[in-house]
Amino acid sequence: MRYDVVVVGAGPAGSRTAKIAADRGCRVLMIEKRQEIGVPVRCGEGVSKKGLKELGIEPENSWIAADIKGARIYAPNGKHVLLSEEQAGGEVGYNIYRDIFDKSLAKQAGKSGVDIMLKSSVFDVIKENNNIKGVKAKSMGENMEITADVVVGADGFESQIGRWSGIDTSLKQNDVVPSLQYTMTNIDYTEYNDFYIGSVAPGGYAWVFPKEDEANIGLGVQLSKIKKGGDVKKHLDRFVEKKFPNGKIMRIVAGCVSVCAPIEKTVGNSVLLVGDAARQIDPLTGGGILNALICGTIAGEVIGNAVKKQEFNKTLMEYERGWRAELEDKLYRNWIAKEKATTLSDEAFNKIIEALSGYDFKKISTIEILKGIQSKYPEIMKEFEGLI
Amino acid sequence: MKVDKTKCMYCGSCVGTCPKNAIFLEETSIVFNEELCIECGLCEKVCPVGAITAE
Repeated sequence: MRYDVVVVGAGPAGSRTAKIAADRGCRVLMIEKRQEIGVPVRCGEGVSKKGLKELGIEPENSWIAADIKGARIYAPNGKHVLLSEEQAGGEVGYNIYRDIFDKSLAKQAGKSGVDIMLKSSVFDVIKENNNIKGVKAKSMGENMEITADVVVGADGFESQIGRWSGIDTSLKQNDVVPSLQYTMTNIDYTEYNDFYIGSVAPGGYAWVFPKEDEANIGLGVQLSKIKKGGDVKKHLDRFVEKKFPNGKIMRIVAGCVSVCAPIEKTVGNSVLLVGDAARQIDPLTGGGILNALICGTIAGEVIGNAVKKQEFNKTLMEYERGWRAELEDKLYRNWIAKEKATTLSDEAFNKIIEALSGYDFKKISTIEILKGIQSKYPEIMKEFEGLI
Repeated sequence: MKVDKTKCMYCGSCVGTCPKNAIFLEETSIVFNEELCIECGLCEKVCPVGAITAE
């Protein structure tokens, strides 16, 4: 089989890259190892409205699970600060059904002419004189080689494409957050996404994201703070027992989040990485959907140019420059903030939340939050110097 | 390494964390390449549900 572009992984990053490249005239194949796009879900399923709007993604009723009015951040002592809709400029976010959301994005790719192959595992890349020339895959039991001018690794946290192509995507233990989530029913519904920080989830946080008559209740712990496999589940079970003793589990979601500083390179010879595979997740929030879509858009445009010009290695570098211009500063700043935050004690978090609850936010952003802390507890902010 | 298939969610946490790329995830199976494994124990620690144990 021969294509201009082969995209490995049919999550938001893959579907967006594939669609945009196809819209620019490329012949694109998207390969997904699962038998159904978007399933199993591996996500907390919260996304900002503003971010979607900026990408031109129209909200669809089929994937909106809840309209969220704000975020509440809970300190270890139980006090919280509310970051409300007004402060965010009128709109906050949706909690979504990621399986339907992913299918919607894949449909857009399909309607743009992208070929899609499911239940197909890519087990190696094809190399020729240091260039990546395609992938080797097993599709429904059949081995096949697919050659392409550009290979896109949109293969998520466990990305193999990068590692096979010589792109270093390895992570330090501080930058890995294994997570577990229960989708539960029989709990009280709110219009807020709640975050619990401190020793409830060492180096990470616990979250409660409501969806109609259920909620995603999850928790992530920094790998460097884990003593034993299964610790994440123990933390989550303890949290659920305390907060939602009557909740009933409808679904279990496991997964890992990278929370690293931007990696050195995401482009190789005829290959590029996008989304979680490129470690483009926001290191402070662990949010990855919007960054995957932003970077997928840039990747698709650049690939379109490369295929049109039939000039690959040099043109693909425009992707490296493009996504960094858009996101690198923010990712780096939030990584520093995450590094500092993961050293704080429960007492420090209590003080921070207290400081924030009396602060009049102009808008919701990391910098605004840090300013809020500084106004009351400049001594805590010494830790965050240089970020404001 | 040993995977308890009754616990494993095939989430890929161990795959992406392995410093030697010694673990491969298919749709519903995890394959360890013992030759590449350096027994660092990270896959065991990172597993959210405790499905991996060192043999």
